[in-house]
Amino acid sequence: MKLIFEKSIDSRTGFKLPECDVDIKFNLSEKYLRKSQAELPEVSELDVVRHFSELAKRNFSVDSNFYPLGSCTMKYNPKFTERVANFEGFTDLHGLLPQVLGASMLCQGALQVVYDVQKLLCEITGMKAFTTQPLAGAHGELTGAMLIAAYHKDKKHKRKYVIVPDSSHGTNPASAAIAGYEIITVPTDKTGCMDFEEFKSKLNENVAAVMLTCPNTLGIFNFRIKDICDEAHKVDALVYYDGANLNAILGKARPGDIGFDIVHINLHKTFATPHGGGGPGAGPVGVSEKLVGYLPIPRVVKRSDATYALSYNRSKSLGYMAAFFGNFSVILKTYAYIMMLGKDGLTEVSETAVLNANYLKEKLKKYFQLDYDRICMHEFVISAVSQLKNNIHAIDIAKYLIDKGIHPPTVYFPLIVKEAMMVEPTETESKQTLDEFIDVMVEIAELAEHNPQALKDAPVTTCVGRLDEAKAARDLNLRWQK
Amino acid sequence: MDVREGLFYTKEHEWVKIDGKIATVGITDYAQSALGDVTFVELPKKADVFKQADQIATVESVKAASDIYAPLSGAVEEINPELDNVPELVNQSCYEKGFFLKMQIEDEAEIKNLMDAKSYKAYLESLAK
Repeated sequence: MKLIFEKSIDSRTGFKLPECDVDIKFNLSEKYLRKSQAELPEVSELDVVRHFSELAKRNFSVDSNFYPLGSCTMKYNPKFTERVANFEGFTDLHGLLPQVLGASMLCQGALQVVYDVQKLLCEITGMKAFTTQPLAGAHGELTGAMLIAAYHKDKKHKRKYVIVPDSSHGTNPASAAIAGYEIITVPTDKTGCMDFEEFKSKLNENVAAVMLTCPNTLGIFNFRIKDICDEAHKVDALVYYDGANLNAILGKARPGDIGFDIVHINLHKTFATPHGGGGPGAGPVGVSEKLVGYLPIPRVVKRSDATYALSYNRSKSLGYMAAFFGNFSVILKTYAYIMMLGKDGLTEVSETAVLNANYLKEKLKKYFQLDYDRICMHEFVISAVSQLKNNIHAIDIAKYLIDKGIHPPTVYFPLIVKEAMMVEPTETESKQTLDEFIDVMVEIAELAEHNPQALKDAPVTTCVGRLDEAKAARDLNLRWQK
Repeated sequence: MDVREGLFYTKEHEWVKIDGKIATVGITDYAQSALGDVTFVELPKKADVFKQADQIATVESVKAASDIYAPLSGAVEEINPELDNVPELVNQSCYEKGFFLKMQIEDEAEIKNLMDAKSYKAYLESLAK
């Protein structure tokens, strides 16, 4: 398929602007004006429509296929939330409106949405206050790491290290490192949880925080999680909850009750807003009582007359983490989703997500090695090591799944499981879909024994075959040039 | 798995070749095979000083990024300049052309913390179980 730049024909246009009948003088300095014409694709409207329709047909999304990508919670995004996000009362608002004198009365609804979502997220996680500003999960983590730094700076602590388990999401140590911390990694014990004694031996008054996912990336809930929080608090280290796996515990356990100090939530995972290339994400951050003062400004507050306004008066605040209130339409969809499901609905989300994962795990463990064989939460990790003897790797299984119309699970993560395949079915899939997936996985196990070449040849139904991933990583070519 | 006689090994799958005061360091056949196609190697600078078990380099593959640890203490004497442009040398020739760096041996007593070929082979077998 050609790039849209390659479809460009000199002087072809898709839109004609009317003559400008207003006398406008631009006073831009010469140095800001470009010297040559921008080389934009010159295409007609129909060229553009066909180009993007063709791209859309090639897209692989949860709207078209099963998508059990572990730790990503690729659940179905219900369409009513799109309708809510398209209400004109919201789409026609300008983000500066609440800052204009008197104009905050023109956007009370939007301010209330931000206020209420923060309150709802507090209720769901047991935290004291939330900010909706962070624009993605990793941005939420950075906000969290900066809150950790702000807390210790304020208390005049000199803290150098952040502890993570070796099963952690790579973004945890990365976010802490970006905030200036050095990383201490604690190994996983044979139950699949962070080794508690090792953790204790590495914890001291140089440690700023512990960053954890619970359930972790093996899909296992750490039953010593409260002990971990208590130990950390003994040396005044903070405990950070990576909310990527929150879909497992809605209505069942609250990080705030367990003792976590900071939580980030991926709205595009747990709260069913579009994910990945499907739209901007959002990574709201919640904190315990002792960190409320450091949250980014502005805060949306409710005044005594029940109207909403912005508050900037916070001397210890981190300042802005993003423009305005974050990705507002994502927050709006989350509001709609939470209100539609309610407390019982959200609890059922987690119950069904966990049931679906355990069903798949029990059916698949006869065919693929399961290193940590215990009840899992919303996801589990199987391994292709039994298939290695016929030179079949996790990547071959992933490619064959694509041919069968199934998005591959996360492969080669977490790093502590060899030939890992991390499966997260989510609650939105039916038993029929799960059974179809099981059938394909059983077929793969048989092919690995009797016809491994069929797996090596995959994918054969896609517009391109097996890509040279090493070349793609070694010789990056990201820019089109004539 | 190719385990070479005459080299020393770490549990993190680095190999070390000792020539007098100079140690040549790379990653083992087991490590390169587990990593898959190597796409990038980040090396220290000449004269940087490391303690045994310090992180000394990073290697990225199509699967993951991994830290490489200094098998001995000492200053970096020379890095392999080829790896910048041809990281696949780590896959093609992990014990020769794909070496990472050479370092000056600061304390020969540390060599006793390393495994010889026989113990490394036994270690690999224990991992397979």
